[in-house]
Amino acid sequence: MEEMITLTIDSKEVKVPKGTSVLDAAKMIQVEIPTLCYHPDLHPSAACGICIVKINGKMLRSCCTPAEEGMEVITRDPDIIEARRTVLKLTLSKHPNECLTCQKNEMCELQSLAGKFGIRANAFDNITPTPFEMPKDASTKCIVLDPRKCILCGRCVEVCQHIQNVWALSILDRSVKTHIAPAGDSRLADSPCIKCGQCTAHCPTGALVEYDDSERVWSMLQEKDNYCVVQIAPAVRVSMGEAFGYEPGTVTTGKIYAALRKMGFKAIFDTNFGADVTIMEEGSEFVERFVNGNGVLPMITSCCPAWVDFMEKFYPDMIPHFSTCKSPHAIVGALTKTYYAEKIGVEPSKIKVISIMPCTAKKFEILRSKEMFASGFQDVDVSLTTREICRMIKQAGIDFVNLQEERADSPLGEYTGAATVFGFTGGVMEAALRTVHYLVTGQEMNKEDLEVKPILGVEKGIKEMTLNLAGKEVRICVAHGTGNVETVMKRLQEAKEKGEEPPYHFIEVMACNGGCIGGGGQPLGVTDEIRKARMAGLMSDDEFSEFRCSHQNPSIKKLYEEFLGKPLSEKSHHLLHTSYQPIPLYKR
Amino acid sequence: MAENESQEKIKEDTQKLLTKWKNKRGALIMALHDIQGLFGYVPWEAMEVTAKEMGVPMARIYAVLTFYNYFKLKAPGKVIISVCDGTACHIKGAQGLLDAFYNCLGLKDGQTTEDGLFHLQVVRCLGCCGLAPVIVVNGKTYGKNTPADVQKIIAEWREKMAETQGV
Ligand code: SF4
Ligand code: SF4
Ligand code: SF4
Ligand code: FES
Ligand code: FES
Repeated sequence: MEEMITLTIDSKEVKVPKGTSVLDAAKMIQVEIPTLCYHPDLHPSAACGICIVKINGKMLRSCCTPAEEGMEVITRDPDIIEARRTVLKLTLSKHPNECLTCQKNEMCELQSLAGKFGIRANAFDNITPTPFEMPKDASTKCIVLDPRKCILCGRCVEVCQHIQNVWALSILDRSVKTHIAPAGDSRLADSPCIKCGQCTAHCPTGALVEYDDSERVWSMLQEKDNYCVVQIAPAVRVSMGEAFGYEPGTVTTGKIYAALRKMGFKAIFDTNFGADVTIMEEGSEFVERFVNGNGVLPMITSCCPAWVDFMEKFYPDMIPHFSTCKSPHAIVGALTKTYYAEKIGVEPSKIKVISIMPCTAKKFEILRSKEMFASGFQDVDVSLTTREICRMIKQAGIDFVNLQEERADSPLGEYTGAATVFGFTGGVMEAALRTVHYLVTGQEMNKEDLEVKPILGVEKGIKEMTLNLAGKEVRICVAHGTGNVETVMKRLQEAKEKGEEPPYHFIEVMACNGGCIGGGGQPLGVTDEIRKARMAGLMSDDEFSEFRCSHQNPSIKKLYEEFLGKPLSEKSHHLLHTSYQPIPLYKR
Repeated sequence: MAENESQEKIKEDTQKLLTKWKNKRGALIMALHDIQGLFGYVPWEAMEVTAKEMGVPMARIYAVLTFYNYFKLKAPGKVIISVCDGTACHIKGAQGLLDAFYNCLGLKDGQTTEDGLFHLQVVRCLGCCGLAPVIVVNGKTYGKNTPADVQKIIAEWREKMAETQGV
């Protein structure tokens, strides 16, 4: 039994588990306290002071004060409101008045607080020192840092250092010069940044946002000669609805297809088709390594570009362990400009492939190496985040909620349940195992075994299990959030040093907490609750699929018959596989 | 080429220096202090070696370095002070000037301040005995100096360096 504590909040008694913050205790009885630097994913930095309350008569910050037995808390009185207004006014006095043109317009936590508190004029015009001027950093073309809009809440630093363990960002300098930047004031592109975008998903203001490619896509759509093709990632179908008022986790695939068609895309494909191909290739690669001894073990998944970037920077000795298979959207790109182009008789140079991703790192991936031009052209022309496409749909004036559901186009639009679970942590592994089981034993997995329970779920950062495959033990590990990678790597290293067998045969890593459902390009305001809801949405999409294993997808069978031959064929290698290089942490 | 060589040297020297601090917890600031003592500033290459050897991310090292004003991140422009102790200057009170430099900067012949900014050297007749006692700073000649002038000269060069080098 958890130890419970009783306290009074605004004269109301409330019982909470020991360790609960005053802020969370208030939430439990529907008392709202404003916050700015606090985020439920992160350790409170207590930087801003807007969450102030009176506790036993003293003004304290509620986000970082644990509830105690017998505490008397007052969350609102004229003094408290005055103090909160002062915090806001001070913050605003250093903030550019650029809401109208800001990418965070209507999504900014600072803006909505200013609105709520009715701040109408800059009260500190005269006493504020000139803000520290620093140029925007858009060098990664994935995320944009505008230090002028930064309120130094510290969320991005917390997520980058402690959740992701990348340490690209830190708080530099002091007093009026304090700012957020990589060491040496390097550009983000020259820093360890892996472009996961988690900082943009957690920044309350417009200081860290996704690199906006939507105008480029509008002009591609305008160009009459272009044949614009679009594909949506697994995790997008359960998050996009949030921007249009749906509950998190609602599966809106059919409406998304319809909206994209209205925007003028000529073919609507699904990245899930690519995920099925990934499984065919990666599953076969694993069988090669595990059963036939061709290649090193453990094999590590490679469909998350931020994870690939992380590995190339922090663990370059692991390169031989990486699956050479490309990620699903890159595969759809390459196949669209070859297989599909041939089929419909369109010049591949006229085809523009746009991918809708939960991810900022995908913008980097499409240019990361020469293999991303396997079709002879850039395989994916633009990668948009979920947030960008939601804005574009709104710009187009499409009434998303009332759209008739539509279907994707053939053949790169058909997918199985295995592909759809790619969107959350453990899903790639699960999908791979379904097909690996078939490849090794020649038999389909039992229906009850399809969901490999121990490796699913967002609560634990590292999940392990052992599976019996035709009498052989397969040891599996799944990690999400790059901050959990170090532990896994240490286990591998220790075994190596002791001359033992590696503790795992197959490892899945996704850079974002929860996997792509919690991706850096997803609708804002994510919490574990929302991650779970989005995951549940994808699991139901899987459950109700006609086919639940990649190798059963009729369009995939046809693709191999008509075009690729078999998995790991020469053609597959050329179009669907890639390579990795060590990358220095800093470029000077 | 020359630059690569000096970078390698910085890395080697830092490595040697860090053996003392490597396995001590919380020794980062002291290690950085020693590095600055050695080079007169904390070079980027030395930071990289420190990050690796001490298992501390660059982001933290750089945050520490920029938080304390004490740390210098660029090689400070050296101010070379030559005090003449030729016969004429010696008679006219060169020793008093040297004492003043010692009092103000803690420097004796051939020494450099910890931050690498000032270097003091004693020279023989500079050929302008009429101005004795003579001081030359980075090519600029000061004549008929008194110990009080020493302070002014130091202040003048500090300001100049702060302006041009940002140190
Ligand atoms: S994108 Fe990821 S790695 Fe890069 S600064 Fe943001 S949180 Fe850090
Ligand atoms: S960039 Fe955003 S998240 Fe980071 S400190 Fe500034 S306001 Fe906070
Ligand atoms: S986990 Fe998914 S959303 Fe996050 S960086 Fe990797 S691919 Fe992108
Ligand atoms: S929200 Fe509590 S101090 Fe900022
Ligand atoms: S001895 Fe001093 S200038 Fe000649």
